Amino acid sequence: MTDGIKPNVWKVGIVAETRTETASGRSILLDVPGWGGNIAGQHADVRLTAADGYTATRSYSVASAGPGDRVQLAVDRLPTGEVSPYLVDDLIVGDQLEIRGPLGGWFVWKPEIDGAEQTGPVQLIGGGSGIVPLVAMIRSHTASGSTAPFRLLYSVRTPDDAFFRTELTEPSRGLDVTWAYTRRAPDGWPRPAGRVTTADLEADAFPASLSPAVFVCGPTGFVETVANALVELGHDPSRIKTERFGGQ
Amino acid sequence: MGIISRGFSGRSREHNPDLPPGQYLTEDFPVLSAGPTPNIDTADWEFSIRTEFGAVHSWSWDRLHELPIDDIDTDIHCVTRWSKFGTSWRGVSLDTLFADVDTSDEYVMAHSYGGYTTNVPLADLLDGKAWIAFEFDGEQLDPEHGGPARLLIPHLYFWKSAKWIRGLVMMDDDEPGFWEQNGYHTYGDPWLEQRYS
Amino acid sequence: MVGHVDGNVLAGPLSELFQFDVTTASARCVSCGDVATLACAMVYVEPASLIVRCRNCDDVLMVIVQEPDLTCIELRGMAWLQVPR
Repeated sequence: MTDGIKPNVWKVGIVAETRTETASGRSILLDVPGWGGNIAGQHADVRLTAADGYTATRSYSVASAGPGDRVQLAVDRLPTGEVSPYLVDDLIVGDQLEIRGPLGGWFVWKPEIDGAEQTGPVQLIGGGSGIVPLVAMIRSHTASGSTAPFRLLYSVRTPDDAFFRTELTEPSRGLDVTWAYTRRAPDGWPRPAGRVTTADLEADAFPASLSPAVFVCGPTGFVETVANALVELGHDPSRIKTERFGGQ
Repeated sequence: MGIISRGFSGRSREHNPDLPPGQYLTEDFPVLSAGPTPNIDTADWEFSIRTEFGAVHSWSWDRLHELPIDDIDTDIHCVTRWSKFGTSWRGVSLDTLFADVDTSDEYVMAHSYGGYTTNVPLADLLDGKAWIAFEFDGEQLDPEHGGPARLLIPHLYFWKSAKWIRGLVMMDDDEPGFWEQNGYHTYGDPWLEQRYS
Repeated sequence: MVGHVDGNVLAGPLSELFQFDVTTASARCVSCGDVATLACAMVYVEPASLIVRCRNCDDVLMVIVQEPDLTCIELRGMAWLQVPR
């Protein structure tokens, strides 16, 4: 990160655009003066303040990567949530909110480290809105012209529940995308609807023998199931990075 | 204060004489988890009271159920600012459990399965103010909400109502429990907003 | 919220107290001796606090209490914290 960027300071973001992603989720594009760009996979804290001074803070992964002060978040509405319904249903273009970041240097992928291009294979595994930091990695991979082989296994309930559907349906060169539908698959889809299993990971993920860097993000239960299955398949636990976002 | 988020109110914070200051009313029963939920088989469950003389009074699940069981209707107040009115519980009064306990200590450390602790003055456990509760809303208490059994001290903030209760240890001084060591108030009266010390 | 999240979530709250990204630091658990990057710890999120537990033994590594007018951090569960330079 360059000098002068202060991730720990609350900044003001102005909503520049919103995009519907699914029935329950949308992307929010913010202009955040002083953001200064971010590494793929980082997150931000968002703080809302009510008129009487009450505040609520939540963490959201950033879907955008690279330089600049334009930040894309993608948020799924939690039915009993306090912040996500506001972000998904109420926020409009021109609104302001407070944002702190970019945050976190662990669950990240960089096209190069200390000037050396990263060419090792990368396996991304996302569940639901857990795709957000993985999309940032895919965008960073594309933008940098990286030659590292990328694979994505994306688990969603139905085709309508996919975030960034268009972008992932026509992936860029060097990226393979496998869709796993848990409740309803499109007609004629080869894989029957169901949760991601060890067999799915064996069939569709880079094998442990290639020592891929693995990034898993999604609801806590999903991440635990996948991470355990990967270890069972011989992946080195230290190569598996996880980002659980709670829930079931 | 930061910028105001247009149209954001968060959870409603209304005025209601039955609501302690700074609380909001909720209909559901939020689950707060400071750690993994222990799974305790009632066959292995035991509750005990240990005194300064080393005497240990203990009750198995079955023995506890042979004691008089109270129906308790009460409001509960969580330090994380939610309150819930008219909750119904069943459990055994600590007056009953302390009937044969000989102690001159004035403080108690509550210990839970899973390692959680919280401190309470003995006076706040007696005179019909506290129970070992094992039913909520007509059902066996969920592990998420502290089952098989939890301490119930509704006149204090709900962190004092230790989930997964396993025993009480008498203390001559008021030592801090888990949250109290982390700056939570040693007593925790919701009407005095004793959240932090 | 049901269940825990990863230590990654600590980056923001701890940026108020530390100059560096604490989630990439490694810590040793007092109880079991496990050494792990803080990003790998298990974090239980409550409305005003974060309870950080060892990924190996579940014991408490760190507790962060956040209120409008105070932040309190307890580190008793860590033998040490090591930062890459």
